[in-house]
Amino acid sequence: MAGSDDMIGLSIAEMRDGMSLGEFTALNLAEAHICAAKNVKELCGYVTETPDQAKEMAVASDARRAKNEVGALEGVPLAIKDLFCTKNVPTTAASQILSGFRPTYESSVTANLWRAGAVMTGKANMDEFAMGSSNMTSYFGPVQNPWRREGDEQAVAPGGSSGGSAALVAASAVPGAIGTDTGGSIRQPAAFCGVVGMKPTYGRCSRWGIIAFASSLDQAGPITRTVQDAAIMLSVMAGHDPKDSTSVDIAVPEYEAALTGSMRGLKVGIPSEYRVDGMPGEIEKLWAEGADWLLRSGAELVDISLPYTKYALPTYYIIAPAEASSNLARYDGVKYGLRLSNDDLETQYAKTRGTGFGAEVKRRIMIGTYVLSAGYYDAYYLRAQRVRRLIARDFEQAFEKVDVILTPTAPHEAFTLGDKMDDPVAMYLNDVFTVPASLAGLPAISVPSGLSANGLPLGLQLIAPAFGESTLFRAASSLESCAGFVPRPTIVAGPN
Amino acid sequence: MALDKEIVARIAKLARLEITESDLEVMSQELSQILSWIEQLEEVNIEGFEPMTSVVKMDLKVREDVVTDGDQADDILANAPERKDHFFVVPKVIE
Repeated sequence: MAGSDDMIGLSIAEMRDGMSLGEFTALNLAEAHICAAKNVKELCGYVTETPDQAKEMAVASDARRAKNEVGALEGVPLAIKDLFCTKNVPTTAASQILSGFRPTYESSVTANLWRAGAVMTGKANMDEFAMGSSNMTSYFGPVQNPWRREGDEQAVAPGGSSGGSAALVAASAVPGAIGTDTGGSIRQPAAFCGVVGMKPTYGRCSRWGIIAFASSLDQAGPITRTVQDAAIMLSVMAGHDPKDSTSVDIAVPEYEAALTGSMRGLKVGIPSEYRVDGMPGEIEKLWAEGADWLLRSGAELVDISLPYTKYALPTYYIIAPAEASSNLARYDGVKYGLRLSNDDLETQYAKTRGTGFGAEVKRRIMIGTYVLSAGYYDAYYLRAQRVRRLIARDFEQAFEKVDVILTPTAPHEAFTLGDKMDDPVAMYLNDVFTVPASLAGLPAISVPSGLSANGLPLGLQLIAPAFGESTLFRAASSLESCAGFVPRPTIVAGPN
Repeated sequence: MALDKEIVARIAKLARLEITESDLEVMSQELSQILSWIEQLEEVNIEGFEPMTSVVKMDLKVREDVVTDGDQADDILANAPERKDHFFVVPKVIE
């Protein structure tokens, strides 16, 4: 049997092969990754660790394997963003208002993972209700990025909202995790932590059992260290679910088969509007380099225009808070979670919600309530929905000419933990490159592609037409192999 | 547009959020800043474009109008901060 340390840092594909060759068991993997979680505790990546459940699931997985029942993720340890409801396991959305909540049901996406044999190591920390780009808004304290600037010990933000998932994967505490992406919450933390983060087409994965933030935007997706692993995970996560009326009833391809490594015949669009004011030269340089790699892999580069790009963020900051204010109305201190005061019902609502929600969540509920209120609905919400159509149309027109679009994932490297907290709009600008694809419902992936001058990871984003995940993975694997990214985080679970 | 403390207090009431007097001040500044940034959307010509309510071109599915689940009162009440039999308990609403 391989030593415990040898299993830390393996990819999902390598674990799959190792188990099928009998080099180690699911239980060996589970125990190694329970230990790994302890080694990286300072990252605050988990809200809840589930070691007993991990061992139980691993033993059951080994028993299935003994009977030759081997699922696509058989025995693979995974961390689950604490936005997914997991039966009998505390689920918090990193909010005080859900304290004590134990779902009596399992989300569809996690049920798909367990059906394929995966093993849960715990629930990953995140921005409260997935609202944030720094992980500073978690009730349980911020996650740290396992990377540090060269020659600098200061903690760096992992990005958000799926910052716990990204940090745990980057530190090799798990080979993969699931996150959710509403405006960039998988892709931006993946870029900041030097890992792969993928948001599928809206409707590809069921939203059932995911605590709702903005229902017309929320999508689940994988965070992994390799593009191949993301492809393996998405094939399991995706699929039609009668319990989510927006989940799409079309076949899910074996995405792993799309990783041909060739870009021959593919046209890659380079949108001029993604050159934003004040963007560091190193981001622009990496973007040009990425385009050149794809060109040399056989792609044709095409200059394209997405003229409404600059309106995507303000549009998002009407639509997402509007939907959130409606979705979060359910937290009333009556059905689950925190309950404060017993004076009268109105006071109970206001006290419970005033205390139970953090500052950023309250800010968004307030914006949402305002833009939906009588007299302002047309001016804000309806207008934003009409601009959203123009943003989606930009992409439709671009995809008449190209197969995928290449952009930077974020406009800068990861910032110091705690920065940007006094300026909400500056924080929102983190998602300037990820929000447009979210508004249009398109699949997009962030691939770690280089290092900043400070030695922090930088990501490039690829965007594909709706349900074009196979093409997306194909282009992403080309980008990955050209980039030859070597991860070197400071805080890691294992020896490598 | 700038939101003064009075408007912020009114929105907070609509949203059922208790907000302290000092937080009202901060929030009025932050929300005003966010709204003035959002208002750049006014320059977009949206004439002739319908609101986008769904990103995926699909018709909502229709199913038989029959009961598909139920009988889960215990599960539904399992997380209630206060319950009695199969009821959620709240402070008295009607005198």
